[in-house]
Amino acid sequence: MSYKGDIPAGGDIPGSGGHSLFFRRENQECPPLRGKAWKYGDDVDTDVIIPARYLNTSDPAELASHCMEDIDDSFASKVAPGDFIVAGKNFGCGSSREHAPIAIKASGVSAVIASSFARIFYRNAFNTGLPIFEAPGAVDEIDAGDRLAVDMERGSLRNETKGKEYRFTPIPPFMRELVAAGGLLNYIVNRKKGS
Amino acid sequence: MGMTLTEKILARHAGRQTVAPGELILANVDLALGNDVTSPIAIQAFRSLGSGAVFDRGRIALVPDHFAPNKDIKSAEQVKLMREFAKEFGIANYFEVGRMGIEHVLLPDEGLVVPGDLVIGADSHTCTYGALCAFSTGVGSTDLAAAMFSGEVWLKVPETLRIVLSGRPAKWVEGKDVILHIIGEIGVDGALYRAMEYAGDGITHLSMAWRFTMANMAIEAGAKNGIFPFDGATKAYADGRAKRKYEVVTADPDARYADEISVDLSALEPVVAFPHLPENTKPLSQVGHIPIDQVVVGSCTNGRIEDLRSAAAVIRGRKVHDGVRMLIFPATQEIYLQAMREGLMEAFVTAGAAFSTPTCGPCLGGHMGILAKGERAISTTNRNFVGRMGHPGSEVYLSNPAVAAASAVLGRIGGPDEL
Repeated sequence: MSYKGDIPAGGDIPGSGGHSLFFRRENQECPPLRGKAWKYGDDVDTDVIIPARYLNTSDPAELASHCMEDIDDSFASKVAPGDFIVAGKNFGCGSSREHAPIAIKASGVSAVIASSFARIFYRNAFNTGLPIFEAPGAVDEIDAGDRLAVDMERGSLRNETKGKEYRFTPIPPFMRELVAAGGLLNYIVNRKKGS
Repeated sequence: MGMTLTEKILARHAGRQTVAPGELILANVDLALGNDVTSPIAIQAFRSLGSGAVFDRGRIALVPDHFAPNKDIKSAEQVKLMREFAKEFGIANYFEVGRMGIEHVLLPDEGLVVPGDLVIGADSHTCTYGALCAFSTGVGSTDLAAAMFSGEVWLKVPETLRIVLSGRPAKWVEGKDVILHIIGEIGVDGALYRAMEYAGDGITHLSMAWRFTMANMAIEAGAKNGIFPFDGATKAYADGRAKRKYEVVTADPDARYADEISVDLSALEPVVAFPHLPENTKPLSQVGHIPIDQVVVGSCTNGRIEDLRSAAAVIRGRKVHDGVRMLIFPATQEIYLQAMREGLMEAFVTAGAAFSTPTCGPCLGGHMGILAKGERAISTTNRNFVGRMGHPGSEVYLSNPAVAAASAVLGRIGGPDEL
C-alpha cells in the first residue's frame, strides 16, 4: 500500500453527533468502528459534501441533513450510525469550510476512507475529531454497501463482505501529541502555559 | 542546503535557520483572517478557551463578504456575531458593509498583507497573497481560533513545484488563462500538499492583478500555496500600501524542488474550464457552440480594477445579448469608485449589465445571481463544481474577464475577436 501526505488520526467517538472542538482523552481507546460503505469517486468537493447555500448556519444537525445531497440525495436519510464514506483521490477538495467534516460527523459517519485527501479538509477533519485515513489499496476493492470494520489503534481495516484485511500506517508523532493534549486548542493552551 | 521561497518564509516564522519538506513546525502568523461563513465557528471555539484577549488586535482581520450584505436572517445573525466579537475584543480590522470588500482583494490593497508575511485564513483562497511573495494558506475555523489565541499555526513544510514561465502572452491572454492552463495540465490534485513557486522571465509580463489571480487558484490544483518572486512590480504595489515594514525574501540558487514544469506564455490562447472541475480546460478555439444564460465578472479571482477594465474594453459600445444576464462585482469599494471614475461602470450599465456592491455572492451560489436547473453561466470565478452557483443541475464555465464579456454580447461562449 502506498500513502500520500500525512496519515490522519482518529481520536473521537464516531457518531457522537455535534461538533467536537477537542479530542477527548477518554476516547483514545475506541472500540473498532463497524458499518457499511457509502462509495463515491475521485475529487469529491466540499460544495457537494455541504452546499454553500446551507452555510448560513453552523448547526451540526442541520448541516448533516444536507450532507452529500448534490451527488446523493439518499445519503442524509439513509446513512446509519457507524457507516463509512469511501472515496477516491483528493476527497474534500475546494473550500476551507469546517462545515464539511462537521456535517459528515454529525450524520453519524464513523470515518472517511479515501485514496487521498485535499489538504484543508485533512486539517479540518483532524482538528474537529472526524477520523479519516488514506488506504488507496483498500478503497479500490470496496464496493457500496460492503460491511467494514476498522481498528484505528491497530491500523487495520477489514472488509467483512469480501473477507479481506488491510493495514494502514499509524499517526505521526506530532499528531499523537495533539491527540494527547486533547486537541489543537488544548495543545496551544498547554504550550503557552509552559513557555 | 538552499531553500525555496516557501521554505525560507516558513523557517523565519518558526525561528529556525532552515526547514525541510515534510517537517511539522509551529510558526508565528503575521495576519489571521476569517469571513462570515468561517468566523462564527472560530469565534465559538475561541470563546471555549475562556481567554480575555486575542493574541494581537491588529493582526486579525474579519471580513463579512460571503453572504453580506446579509442575504437572510441566518446570515444576519452570523455577521452580528462577528461584529460583536470584533467590538468586544477590539479587533481593528473588521470591515463593515459599505467599507467592506472581498477579503483577498481588500486585505493586500489595504496594505495589511506585505511581502515576506506568513498569513493564514479560514478561507481556501487565502493563498492569493503569494502574489506578494508572502506565504499564505487556507485553514479551517479551529485553526483560526487557535491562531487568534496564540498567534501560531502548525504547518507541514510542503515540497515545492517550480513553474518556469517564459515568453509574452498574446492579446486577450491573461493571468487567468495561465493558471487554468496549468491546472488543466497537472489536474486538480496536481500540486496536492505542495507549494507552487513561479520563476522565469515570463513573470515580467504578468501584472500584479494577474499574479493575484494565479496565486488565488493554486488551491484549485490542490496546492498549499502559490508564490511569486519579489520584483519591481511587487515593490511598486507594496510601497504605496504596506502598513508594516516588510522583508524581501529570495529563493536560494541551490534550493531543491520536487518537480519542475515550464509554460511558454506566448503559445497560450484564452482558456475555458468546462463543468464540473477546473481541470476540464479547453483552448477557446476548441470550445464549440455553448449558449449561456448568465455572465459573472468579479470574485477574489478576477474582481480587480484591471479585470473590470478588460471586460469593459470588450463591452463598451455593445449590448448584452437578449437572453443573457450579466453581473459585475467590483471586489472592493475602492475598485467600485475607480470603476465609476474611469467610466467603466457606465459602460457596463449602458450595455445592460447589473453593477453590484462588493460580495462573494454568486461565486459560491450564496446569493445575487443563483442559477436555475439547466441554466449555464460563464464566470471569472474559481470553481465550477456541481451546484457551485445554484441548482445542482446548472453549469459553470470559467474564463478570463475579456472572454466573459465577449460571451455576454455573443450569447454563447466566445472571444473578443469574434465581435
